[in-house]
Amino acid sequence: MIVAKDLCKHFDDIKAVDGVTFSVEKGEIFGFLGPNGAGKTTTINVLCTLMKPTSGEASINGYDVSKDPYNVRRSIGLIFQDPSLDDRLTATENLDFHGMIYNIPKPTREERKKELLEMVDLWDRRKDQVKTFSGGMKRRLEIARGLLHQPRILFLDEPTLGLDPQTRSHIWNYIHSLRDEQEITIFMTTHYMDEAENCDRIAIIDYGKIVASDTPEELKRLVGGDVITLKTTDDEKAVQEIGERYNLHVRRDEKGIHLEIENGEEFIPQFISSFSTKINAINLRRPTLDDVFLKLTGREIRKEEASARDKMRSHMRMRGH
Amino acid sequence: MFWKAVYVICMRDIRRFFREKSQVIGSVARPALWLVIMGTGFNTIFRAESGTYTQFLFPGIIGMTVLFTSVFSAVSIIWDRQFGFLREILVAPVSRTSVAVGKTLSGCFQSMIQGGIILALSPLVDVHLTPVIIVEVLFLIFLTSFALTSLGLLIASRMESFEGFNLIMNFLIMPMFLLSGAFFPMQGLPGWLKTLVSVNPLTYAVDALRGVIIGVHEYALTTDILFMVGFAILMTAVAVTAFSREM
Repeated sequence: MIVAKDLCKHFDDIKAVDGVTFSVEKGEIFGFLGPNGAGKTTTINVLCTLMKPTSGEASINGYDVSKDPYNVRRSIGLIFQDPSLDDRLTATENLDFHGMIYNIPKPTREERKKELLEMVDLWDRRKDQVKTFSGGMKRRLEIARGLLHQPRILFLDEPTLGLDPQTRSHIWNYIHSLRDEQEITIFMTTHYMDEAENCDRIAIIDYGKIVASDTPEELKRLVGGDVITLKTTDDEKAVQEIGERYNLHVRRDEKGIHLEIENGEEFIPQFISSFSTKINAINLRRPTLDDVFLKLTGREIRKEEASARDKMRSHMRMRGH
Repeated sequence: MFWKAVYVICMRDIRRFFREKSQVIGSVARPALWLVIMGTGFNTIFRAESGTYTQFLFPGIIGMTVLFTSVFSAVSIIWDRQFGFLREILVAPVSRTSVAVGKTLSGCFQSMIQGGIILALSPLVDVHLTPVIIVEVLFLIFLTSFALTSLGLLIASRMESFEGFNLIMNFLIMPMFLLSGAFFPMQGLPGWLKTLVSVNPLTYAVDALRGVIIGVHEYALTTDILFMVGFAILMTAVAVTAFSREM
């Protein structure tokens, strides 16, 4: 349903999307995972015909995004990262605008409007202007709107950003049922690791390039077993000791010492009993996509301080290039 | 589908227009103030050959209202861009042309409403209107607004934010307004200003309005209309092209 071949989008000398190739099958939930400024939104913009690719090709539902934008637009629904509602109109009016511009016949429109407004829990507020809505409500309305015309392919750009956990799981349930009942194909971006685990397949994107692409399970397998975090009285000595005794690669940060190992449960007891440095705390967990991202890029996904390059990218995006 | 999209785009603007009561009142109050204060102030020192200054000013104020309403309605696209709604429009399966035409027609509609309200002030300034005159004026407003909204769309399609808008306001819209013959007759101006006046579409709009309303005009009515139709076609073509290329 979605095919991208060597897709590039450059803004002056910034390579926001730098040769990505992937394909998404019908009924699949495919996720783009990466930090802010990695090129996720730009990729969506190109796929949704909002931007022309600098080079490379992409097709949606069999239609080329550069040559046949009209049919591409008819096939897709979009839920944007930033609000895109008319806040002077009511919830119903926003949906009517959408329904009419997508040419949905009135009876169908009314029926689906009710169904969707009930799903996102906004039926009671349907006659209120959107400017009176909270951020979460706007987002929910936007999701309802994106689904109104029953798109074959749904693009979700950070779909549940800023939503409470209850609404989030609500929306995920709905997305899964859409996929199961109507075989909708879903392309989503996120920088939440736990959310990415809802996907059938994930591509990890960093600096405009796909660094890995697989199922969440396979990606997690890259980490090589479980992740153990240690806190000791003398981290330096502990690292040295681990290196000498187990020949393991470790990583140190402010949270402690991290190591990856198969069968962590069995490893811990014998490790503690024979370790000479005093251990203050030890923690074992299954690898998450966070660990995968860290492993592949050497950085944590939600680094608070964006590098200068990241800032430049998000600046370019804000200017709407 | 083309006209349906035009209708939907246009209706949204009109719905917003009526929802913003303060905006409607403001856009009528401003020209009314001009008319009352400027008109009364200059009435004592200015005698046109065919009546009072307020009567001379009245068609000019209609022209001014149409200018501002048209341009503002078109640049609302910049707001839509900033608040994200433009993307909703741009990813919809409708042609860019239908979006541009919808926006243009909504500008015309708003101008006709506001111009119509100004017309209702005519008894205050001692201008007598007949139904025929009113129809002619509304037609002229439509034509003028079509051209000016297209001009506004052209500007808006090139602008990312409101920062550049002041520049356009000061160096394009205000001069258009001041050099249109809305306030004073153009005969006495030096040559270089006259050239500017003669390429200003609003000059022809004001001239035609004045001709229809109080029977005073510089150019023949057909000249005025031909110039404006030409300008409207040119602007629409350029604006639609600019708008289609965007993104």
